[in-house]
Amino acid sequence: MKQSHLRALQRVYLVLLFSFMYVPIAVMAVFSFNESKSRTIFTGFTFKWYQSLFHNEMILSALGLSLVVALIAAVVATVVGTAAAIGINAMGKRSQAVINNISYMPVVNPEIITGVSLMLLFVVVKDGIAWANQNLGWALPENVFGLPTLLVAHISFCLPYVIFNVSPKLRQLDVRVYEAALDLGCNPKQAFFKVVLPELAPAILSAFLICLTYSIDDFLISYFTSGTTQTLPIVIYSMTRKKVSPEINALSTVMFLVILAIILVYNYLDGRRERRKA
Amino acid sequence: MLKNKSLAFPYLVWMTVFIAVPLLIVVYFAFTTRSGAFTLENITALDDYTTVFVRSLLLAAIATVICLVLAFPVGYWLSRLPVSSQRMMQMLVILPMWMNFLLRTYAWMSLLENNGLINRFLGLFGIGPFEMINTQGAVVLGMVYNYLPYMILPLYTAMVKIDGSIIEAAQDLGADIFRVLGRVLIPLAMPGIATGITMVFVPSVSTFIISRMLGGGDTMLVGDLIELQFLGNSYNYNLGSAMSLVLMVIVLLCMSLTNTSGNKDGVEGVM
Amino acid sequence: MNEIVSLKNIVVDFDGEPVLTGLSLDIHDKEFVTFLGPSGCGKTTTLRVIGGFVQPKSGNVFFNGKDITALPPYKRQVNTVFQKYALFPHLNVFENVAFGLRLQKLPEKEIRSRVLEMLEVVGLKGFERRHTDRLSGGQQQRVAIARGLVNHPKVLLLDEPLGALDLKLRKEMQLELKRLQQAMDITFIYVTHDQEEALTMSDTVVVMNDGDIQQIGSPEDIYNEPKNAFVADFIGESNILDGIMLKDFQVEFAGSQFTCVDKGFERNQPVQVVVRPEDVQVVPAIQGQLTGIVKDVIFKGVHFEMHVEQAGYEWIIHSTQASAPGELIGMRIGPDEIHIMARMEE
Repeated sequence: MKQSHLRALQRVYLVLLFSFMYVPIAVMAVFSFNESKSRTIFTGFTFKWYQSLFHNEMILSALGLSLVVALIAAVVATVVGTAAAIGINAMGKRSQAVINNISYMPVVNPEIITGVSLMLLFVVVKDGIAWANQNLGWALPENVFGLPTLLVAHISFCLPYVIFNVSPKLRQLDVRVYEAALDLGCNPKQAFFKVVLPELAPAILSAFLICLTYSIDDFLISYFTSGTTQTLPIVIYSMTRKKVSPEINALSTVMFLVILAIILVYNYLDGRRERRKA
Repeated sequence: MLKNKSLAFPYLVWMTVFIAVPLLIVVYFAFTTRSGAFTLENITALDDYTTVFVRSLLLAAIATVICLVLAFPVGYWLSRLPVSSQRMMQMLVILPMWMNFLLRTYAWMSLLENNGLINRFLGLFGIGPFEMINTQGAVVLGMVYNYLPYMILPLYTAMVKIDGSIIEAAQDLGADIFRVLGRVLIPLAMPGIATGITMVFVPSVSTFIISRMLGGGDTMLVGDLIELQFLGNSYNYNLGSAMSLVLMVIVLLCMSLTNTSGNKDGVEGVM
Repeated sequence: MNEIVSLKNIVVDFDGEPVLTGLSLDIHDKEFVTFLGPSGCGKTTTLRVIGGFVQPKSGNVFFNGKDITALPPYKRQVNTVFQKYALFPHLNVFENVAFGLRLQKLPEKEIRSRVLEMLEVVGLKGFERRHTDRLSGGQQQRVAIARGLVNHPKVLLLDEPLGALDLKLRKEMQLELKRLQQAMDITFIYVTHDQEEALTMSDTVVVMNDGDIQQIGSPEDIYNEPKNAFVADFIGESNILDGIMLKDFQVEFAGSQFTCVDKGFERNQPVQVVVRPEDVQVVPAIQGQLTGIVKDVIFKGVHFEMHVEQAGYEWIIHSTQASAPGELIGMRIGPDEIHIMARMEE
């Protein structure tokens, strides 16, 4: 086969594949402007689904909850995870390997199992509280499901990603920089905050962003651990069960555009930083 | 401060309480009755669900193979592009993943419906309509669509490390396209292939969203079964735990399988 | 001597940038041929055209008289030693060398004996099971060479194979490569930007610049009779001065007239004169054809390098005896040491 033929074939293939990936999203975007509720016939242009979307109390409060959960979970996971990464880095090879395997558990385990197992834990805790209230005269709230369980679950699945992001940077870190800071008169705390932390900052930031997006995006684990509280993905799920609801199309389009904007800004900043380095 | 091991302490406690202990609770529930007595009944009861397990494994395996075949050339071509365009193409691959998974799956519902866009389009040419939604094929399609980027990215990452001159060296020594593929590219891409298989197979085999949205009622998967035990009508934590346990074991087995083949480094011949 | 590889009017461009501009070249069988030139001159591209990795836009490649322009690399009877070795990271030393033989589906016994024999030739006996990333640069280099040679190619292409090695190892490998080429009795085509390397090893040197050949000849020819200023400058340090050919055997440069051995130029034709630094004889000022003031002196191990200012031109002179900076010295240049080249039209 001639090289030019091969290149043409390659181009056709890539176009087909990327169409496969993007056409469904594009179709949703187009039908978010559809006058009628039909998902197949375009009857006229309208913004009404966007209007009703932004007046939909359920969606807005779910979005609010998702953002709160994501923010708290990401902050906690980033702080605890970064500290852990430093602690683990100070350990011997064998302990590191053992801990790494534990960290991998929630990553490789099917999400549904992480969700189910946490749900069982919370059920056990709930039963335990009920028992204590009854027999020991405690007066604790029995229904633990809701914001607390969501937070615990989200922090749990975010933590390993912080470790996996920060650990490699730590290993690359030149210990001599830290020692030089000590040599120049910093105490260990100052040396850490003035020299080490700035080195780690990009990795910590990207860990934080990953936690944020995973948390906002998560459906499966939230589904099992939220009780009756609804995060945005859970609301989306219930909307898809009702089948015809063009608001979903509008919501998808808005979310896609927001994500696109974030990624473009992030890439622009990243590119600028790299250029400045060079 | 850099040498302070105790900084890992909160993390270790957290992971123990919220990752390890819950898994042990799953095991405990799997082997007990509702009243807490030891039993093997939950496990033996799974016999009735063999078809569901087999179907899950089969559909997930098919989806994984399709992903691998579709993604391999993409991963290779991306890895051969100039670095500047690589970044752009990588973005193109990742972008759909940022879209919520439920919405991506929902998008296909309207495309596949009996009077959906695809059937309408085919109708223009007098073909169809085809019964596409609520079939096993639709479930596989949903899996492929959702998890394809998880296959492309690790393949690309593995292959971008292969120096172009290594492929040229193989050609130089007499290897045509197929033998370059078989003797150099695939062995060297093995770590990426193993990762990709895991990243597609695990969520596919355990999904319940895709089967519920695209498969209708007839293509129940393990994920649906588990969901039914915990949040659905069946409501049986013990049976659900047993199912989860078996699913976990299956996943671990599959992963150890792909990992060993990935780490063998493709040593061949006598030496 | 017959031609093993011929290039006819090869034109190559990358994205519209011309890389080779109509290059033609015959390479004789069983020679050690070197493509020498600065980076970007097209020497590696020429090698890749022969190997089949670059398709020329126009022109033909002949191998043993047969046109192989359209033949893919894996069907060509040439093998390549790549710049950074390109060893297969997933295979050990033995399997790397055996790669080509396995593709030919030779019997296991033959593969084994040929690989072991070749490893012995390159001095890697006992390294068969070693993983390639556990080898030193020099050892990796030897594996790459063995991997090419074991297939008994008619021509071995080597793309700056010693570039990554340190100086001492490089000198060793230069001799080793020359020995291998003679022992295997095949053609080596060698690409380098190091003129010393080219001169030590080659039977024929092809000096290249800007996508075309500047001069082809034996190392002695290239060194002593550079065809133009580029070659003269690239092959070692030279003093290159503008001059005028007064008549046959008589040239004027640096403000004086000199006897030379060149003829056949027009009367009063502008020329360029090349004098090698070691060909300038340092004498007391009074005996010199030219006089100059020593600006500085650097000890270079076997000789001193002096920069001498003479009528606005700074001469480089290699001498075994040092003169003091600031000293006025005389310079003499024998007729044999003056190389005349036609001046290129500007």
